[in-house]
Amino acid sequence: MSLSDLLSAAPTVVAAGVDVFSGALRAQGAEVHDVDWRPPGLGDPADLAALALDPRRAVANRTAVERLVAAGSQLVDVRPAREVLDLPDRTLLHSGPPLTWETASGPMRGALVGACLFEGWAGTVEEAERLLAAGEIALDPCHHHRTVGPMAGVTSPSMWMWCLADPVHGGQAFCNLNEGLGKVLRMGAYGDEVLTRLRWMRDVLGPVLAAAVRSMAEPLDVKAVLAQMLQMGDEGHNRNRAGSLMTLRELSPAVVAVDAPSSDIAAVLRFIGGNEHFFLNLGMPTAKLALDAVGSIPGSTVVTVMSRNGTEFGIRTAGTGDRWFTGPAQTPVGLFLGDFGPEDANPDIGDSAIMETYGVGGFCMAAAPAIVRFVGGSVPDALATTERMYQLTLTENPAMQVPILGFRGAPTGIDVLSVARTGWLPQINTGMAGRVAGTGQVGAGLVQPPRECFETALTALAEEARGAAAA
Amino acid sequence: MSSAPPGSAARHVTLRSGVYADSVKLMQVSRDIGAREGVSAVLVAMATPLNLDLAGAMGLAPDGDASPDQLLVAVEAVDEEVLAGAVAAVDAALAARERAGTSADAVPARTTHAGLDALAGGGPVLAIVSVPGQFAALEAADAIAAGRSVLVFSDGVPVEQEVALKRAAHAAGVLVMGPDCGTAVVSGVALGFANVVRRGPVGLVAASGTGAQQVSCLLDMAGVGVSHVLGVGGRDLSEAVGGLATLDALAALDADPATERVLLVSKPPAPSVAAAVAEAAGRLSVPVRSAALSPETPDLTAAVEALLGDLGVAVPAWPSRPGDGTRAAPGAALKGLYSGGTLADEAMLVAAPALGDIRSNTPLRPELDLGTDLSAPGHVVVDFGDDALTVGRAHPMIDPTLRLEALAGVAAGEEPAVVLLDVVLGYGADADPAAALVPALRAARETSAHPLPVVVALVGTEADPQGWTRQADALAAAGAAVFASNAAATRHALELLGAAS
Repeated sequence: MSLSDLLSAAPTVVAAGVDVFSGALRAQGAEVHDVDWRPPGLGDPADLAALALDPRRAVANRTAVERLVAAGSQLVDVRPAREVLDLPDRTLLHSGPPLTWETASGPMRGALVGACLFEGWAGTVEEAERLLAAGEIALDPCHHHRTVGPMAGVTSPSMWMWCLADPVHGGQAFCNLNEGLGKVLRMGAYGDEVLTRLRWMRDVLGPVLAAAVRSMAEPLDVKAVLAQMLQMGDEGHNRNRAGSLMTLRELSPAVVAVDAPSSDIAAVLRFIGGNEHFFLNLGMPTAKLALDAVGSIPGSTVVTVMSRNGTEFGIRTAGTGDRWFTGPAQTPVGLFLGDFGPEDANPDIGDSAIMETYGVGGFCMAAAPAIVRFVGGSVPDALATTERMYQLTLTENPAMQVPILGFRGAPTGIDVLSVARTGWLPQINTGMAGRVAGTGQVGAGLVQPPRECFETALTALAEEARGAAAA
Repeated sequence: MSSAPPGSAARHVTLRSGVYADSVKLMQVSRDIGAREGVSAVLVAMATPLNLDLAGAMGLAPDGDASPDQLLVAVEAVDEEVLAGAVAAVDAALAARERAGTSADAVPARTTHAGLDALAGGGPVLAIVSVPGQFAALEAADAIAAGRSVLVFSDGVPVEQEVALKRAAHAAGVLVMGPDCGTAVVSGVALGFANVVRRGPVGLVAASGTGAQQVSCLLDMAGVGVSHVLGVGGRDLSEAVGGLATLDALAALDADPATERVLLVSKPPAPSVAAAVAEAAGRLSVPVRSAALSPETPDLTAAVEALLGDLGVAVPAWPSRPGDGTRAAPGAALKGLYSGGTLADEAMLVAAPALGDIRSNTPLRPELDLGTDLSAPGHVVVDFGDDALTVGRAHPMIDPTLRLEALAGVAAGEEPAVVLLDVVLGYGADADPAAALVPALRAARETSAHPLPVVVALVGTEADPQGWTRQADALAAAGAAVFASNAAATRHALELLGAAS
């Protein structure tokens, strides 16, 4: 056994618990590092021990993070949701865990109404609301269809979808096209300007992008863009500026060569160039590919989905597969556009927390210190946020490097057990939608999941571990 | 710039060229200025179409054409004075630079995993876990997963967790010392309750903390040092645990070039486990001698003496102080007040053949259990270090209160007695145990209705922070007989009782 290593010289000591012995060790000249141990922040002690001692855990979690880090992401096509998702008529996808019209928040209802108007299923807002309230429109989470959507995430059959593929594991993931900022469907707005823009995206942007993407000799390596933007001041969730510009640069030659009126080409390029979040809808399915590659792994405590529908926050884990663990969505803290204020903000909404689940976004706050100003923080706060996230995660993603931390890899693979033990919740950067349907974006800020998600996931994981031990 | 209509709020709306700031910074400025007394609306933002719409909705649209590279500063306030102050504050906020440094405020490691992960460089690493028992497995599992050995000082760890940890450690090629392991010495570093002993060729595997302290101190007094003292936890040699850590510790010492002989120290082990361990020990190249206590082998000092014989080292006269010659009154009972569990066991095993049954809170046989009445009449040995007596208080090696109360109780009782105590020195123990014990001994002997002889087993070395001689002399000055060997102390107590065999 390799125990002889322990006995070869005076050991360095890492001590957790009472500090009475650390003093005696220091008096002997030993090198001692004290752990700032606290009782676990959540979870039943017996559940925590059952997971810590589950003999499957180490291998299962290693498998999970290996898949997570290995996954690639290529932009292979742009197609209507109706075709690519085999989406039946009168079906709308939405962000977060499952919900109903009754439980939907203002911006979610606004986006659902807007999508009904956009699809022509209703001629008026009232008619759309009646259809939705009567259950005549089927609602299903994006995540159940290999799809992610920012904010309300409402995806309807006529919307064009980015189609991404993971060349390593063979997975596919989809996301609609980003509309820009302000009064947009995903923020719950459904006015004429919103619908006009959606129709233009359907009739002009989508077809041009589809032709352009299909004409590219090499598919765009979206993972490489994400990796580069982390070195350019973006964190891939609330800041996508460099990523959006790089995407514009990569797509432009193919867009210009599309057989379409030059005025349409110009409008497409202007639209992409004017939208700092254009890349987000490519980054999200990139993260989704990696987390879908993790899939279901019995014994693993790795989080595979964090997502919000404006009412509830839901997570999934590799060890529990498709099951959702939910809690009430929190309201972000941050800064507001114009004269909007905290009372105007809806609780947390969107599938975009997939970025943090992947290890970027709030987890790479150190790469984008500007973001921490949303909550009045400073550069050291940004660095400390990422440092804390390293204690919640199982590995460092060598592809996603944070320059200011010495090009250390992003903290990746959220471990439910580590969240419980540290009591630190994942840090999420997010936009804020108006509470009232039709308002649109009111601000941006920082938010955390509710503890309930992790408490119930931990209980379920421990039950599963005990069942496996007994079998 | 728009001017305010008379009688209404004051407004300032300007477009500035050649000024750029990040949108987050600008939202922050807007919020800060908006919080000023008398300011009713603020928008400081790049003049993008979105922001111009927002300004329009606030009634603060700029005149003329705006371009997105211009900075829009729009403020509405109750009067011109407040407005001027607010605009000045906008300018100041835009000019302000963050003054803080750029290094992260240290984020403390909250788990053993994080603590181990932060270590740089090579060399051996050991984790020590002394968190509450219900959480100890979490920290210990971190160490095992990181390929590091771990000493678990915590007690109250469920035995099935101990077994799971030790199995995982074996698979990972590391050692779990404990749970409830209070004593270890690794390459000369004393961990927990351990003495300052010289380094040398003898490796100890100890399922007993005070037993290991007694053995290592006697070896030191004979001029023989130890290579390592590997604690394995008091339950390791039980049926349930099956000696998992003992077997791994023996193998580790077998592979250690500094270890030439091994002594296994424990309370009475489960017979099947003792046999399995003996069988495994026989296959090692390093000679292993057992100092496992039993009715047939009751004496740690004898085990040390046998080992010295193996090494060809003469057995010294173990240090002692004779005491003041006080004899026990006729019919006196033995009152053993111990802090060390193994030392208490040894005292009972040595005394029982002479005295017959001895009652205890940690009895040799279940029917001798004292229950909760620690002041029962007759021959009694109490282990004040037992888990049941340390709930919510420090170990008696640190906090002597309970033991001193019991001493006073013996003195105040009707029954004549001989008091037998252990005093354990070294790291982790009371910095000057004699300081509390000497006045308590004097008071007890003064108040007792009968002569009250006191015998002390003083376990320690000269190099310990408390100093063996200094403590022995202080205790002897209070009239106590003092012995470096617990077995010798027990036999002396039997002589005083007139019961020596």
